[in-house]
Amino acid sequence: MASITFREVEGSSMKYWLLLGGLGLFVLFGALAWNHMHHYGHVVTGMDNQIVWGLPHVFAVFLIVAASGALNVASIASVFNKPMYKPLAPLSAILSLALMLGGLLVLVLDLGRSDRLIVAMTHFNFKSMFTWNVFLYSGFFALVGIYLWTMLDRNVKSWSKAAGTAAFIWRLTLTTGTGSLFGFLIARDLYGSAMLAPMFIIMSFAYGLAIYLMVLAASYAWTSRPLGDVVMMRLKTLLVVFVSAVLYFVVVHHMTNLYFAKYHAVEAFVLRDGGIITALFWVGQILIGCVAPLVILLSRLGSQRNWIMIACALVILGGMAQMYVTIIGAQAFPLDMFPGLIESSSFYDGVVHSYAPSMAELFLGLGGVAIALLVTVFAIKVLRLLPASLDDATVAKLEH
Amino acid sequence: MSELKPMSEQAPASPERRRFVGTAAATAAGLAIAPGVVLVQVAHGRPEDQAVSSAVRWGMLIDATKCANGCNDCVTACSTENGWTPVAESKHPRQAPQWIRKLELQDPLTQMETSLPMLCQHCAEPPCVDVCPTGASFKRADGIVLVDRHTCIGCRYCMMACPYKARSLVHEHLNDTQKADVPRGIGCVESCTFCVQKVDRGDGNTACAEACTAAGHNALLFGDMNDPDSEISRRLRELPTKQVRADLNLNLGVRYHGI
Repeated sequence: MASITFREVEGSSMKYWLLLGGLGLFVLFGALAWNHMHHYGHVVTGMDNQIVWGLPHVFAVFLIVAASGALNVASIASVFNKPMYKPLAPLSAILSLALMLGGLLVLVLDLGRSDRLIVAMTHFNFKSMFTWNVFLYSGFFALVGIYLWTMLDRNVKSWSKAAGTAAFIWRLTLTTGTGSLFGFLIARDLYGSAMLAPMFIIMSFAYGLAIYLMVLAASYAWTSRPLGDVVMMRLKTLLVVFVSAVLYFVVVHHMTNLYFAKYHAVEAFVLRDGGIITALFWVGQILIGCVAPLVILLSRLGSQRNWIMIACALVILGGMAQMYVTIIGAQAFPLDMFPGLIESSSFYDGVVHSYAPSMAELFLGLGGVAIALLVTVFAIKVLRLLPASLDDATVAKLEH
Repeated sequence: MSELKPMSEQAPASPERRRFVGTAAATAAGLAIAPGVVLVQVAHGRPEDQAVSSAVRWGMLIDATKCANGCNDCVTACSTENGWTPVAESKHPRQAPQWIRKLELQDPLTQMETSLPMLCQHCAEPPCVDVCPTGASFKRADGIVLVDRHTCIGCRYCMMACPYKARSLVHEHLNDTQKADVPRGIGCVESCTFCVQKVDRGDGNTACAEACTAAGHNALLFGDMNDPDSEISRRLRELPTKQVRADLNLNLGVRYHGI
């Protein structure tokens, strides 16, 4: 097998520093947003006692799910022994660490008492899916960190497959845990399904790969390194498979619910009567997130790089819409404590809860995205993560 | 001595009568003192260093047929006892904590209307306790479900898990209505405590139930569901009651009649 030269990006151009500065600005905005929320309390957010998890959770869960999926490319290389993916693996690992960091930061900075993070690290309730996730997230950093080390350091290269396999199994468990955060909630009609865990896994594949593809293409375009069609087309095909699988799981999930009379009301809410939630489901999650990317990627447009980028962006936007529907939609639908009766109270029982996110929540979420990208942009400057060339000839040599 | 003689002659000493008087006096004294003794043992005003016992399970019977539509006395009493601002006085009503609320129900078919208070149901299998990452949500041995205000990180997972929407997050800094024995704080989740401070003092009742009785409705009855002789146990044996969302099988500490 031919060897591949990895090289740091130079990172001295005005463009690089502007990118770093722009991302830094959003990180700063995120920090200010957190400070604002922490100082005044959640009263300055759009969240209330009805919608208890808001936009920050949408960002956080999306980033955490995407983090697990971004590792996919590395897993294909080391676990499934596909040599073409080997040069793509280091970026995959660093991107997954960076996305996880961004997501977790948003999650913990949205806590009512974010100053008590140490309590969450020292007090555990092992019946809680959240507690399990604390360990799953920490373990993820450790395992993917070790995996990255085995990729970068020749002395420990022989451990790469073992580390890669461990990280692969770990991140499947992690996304199962993230899906189960919702799947283990009996109170909400839209949750309480084992379907959520595998569905989150397949969603992680799609979202993670879409982000990976965009970061890869941008890195190569902006550093004028050659990136051949072979890599792009292979990853594009993979994205088609993942997005189709997401669509399949979403259809099965809703079809299953539609079969049970007790879920008819909540399904009618999401699919027909939910206003913004219904719009986000059909237009955001289904049309923008699944159908449009599939049409682009499967048609002749899919052979053009710009259109692949557009498809990736649509998958990401659709993913955000999906998280919004999953997290906010499930809370907006009122709890049915007395089936068949009309409920009313001072606590908004029996009515659909509205939610208008505040700027602070938006910027906290965007801050998480910015941190993830900032870490990635910085890492490719200081570490040898990107192959000097990924042109078709170089990649072809790997396969033989 | 000579003066006593006529007396003894007038009322000849009778052993039976004496025994009767003695027994009656002892019974009367016993009846007078026993409730006090029993109260000390059963009303569970316990020393601070003594742990609560699972021999007791605090619970509440809510008779919706007696709960008056439009009456809010239980809610007001709770707010006064526990120091949370009534929602009508809050600057941010959507975000204001409500430990107990009046729920109005209507059957769309029959137009039958029901009014009842909704509060933490003090489940024997509380979903909030299951999901709490730090163990801040916990259930005492006597069945009262509480939040440890010092280990709650405000993640709100318990609010996602509660099927009764019984919990609230404190969204803003608290004013000076706080009570010394009811710790609260910004960023923490809170809910009905069954007036645990009153229970531990030995009051044996909650503020809402006291207010309902004072208003003459008698719709709320608080007591030890494990004690077969308690008023609540007696009434629960007689009245058909339901648990809200009984399908979840959470074994609730609050039972409703008339729903």
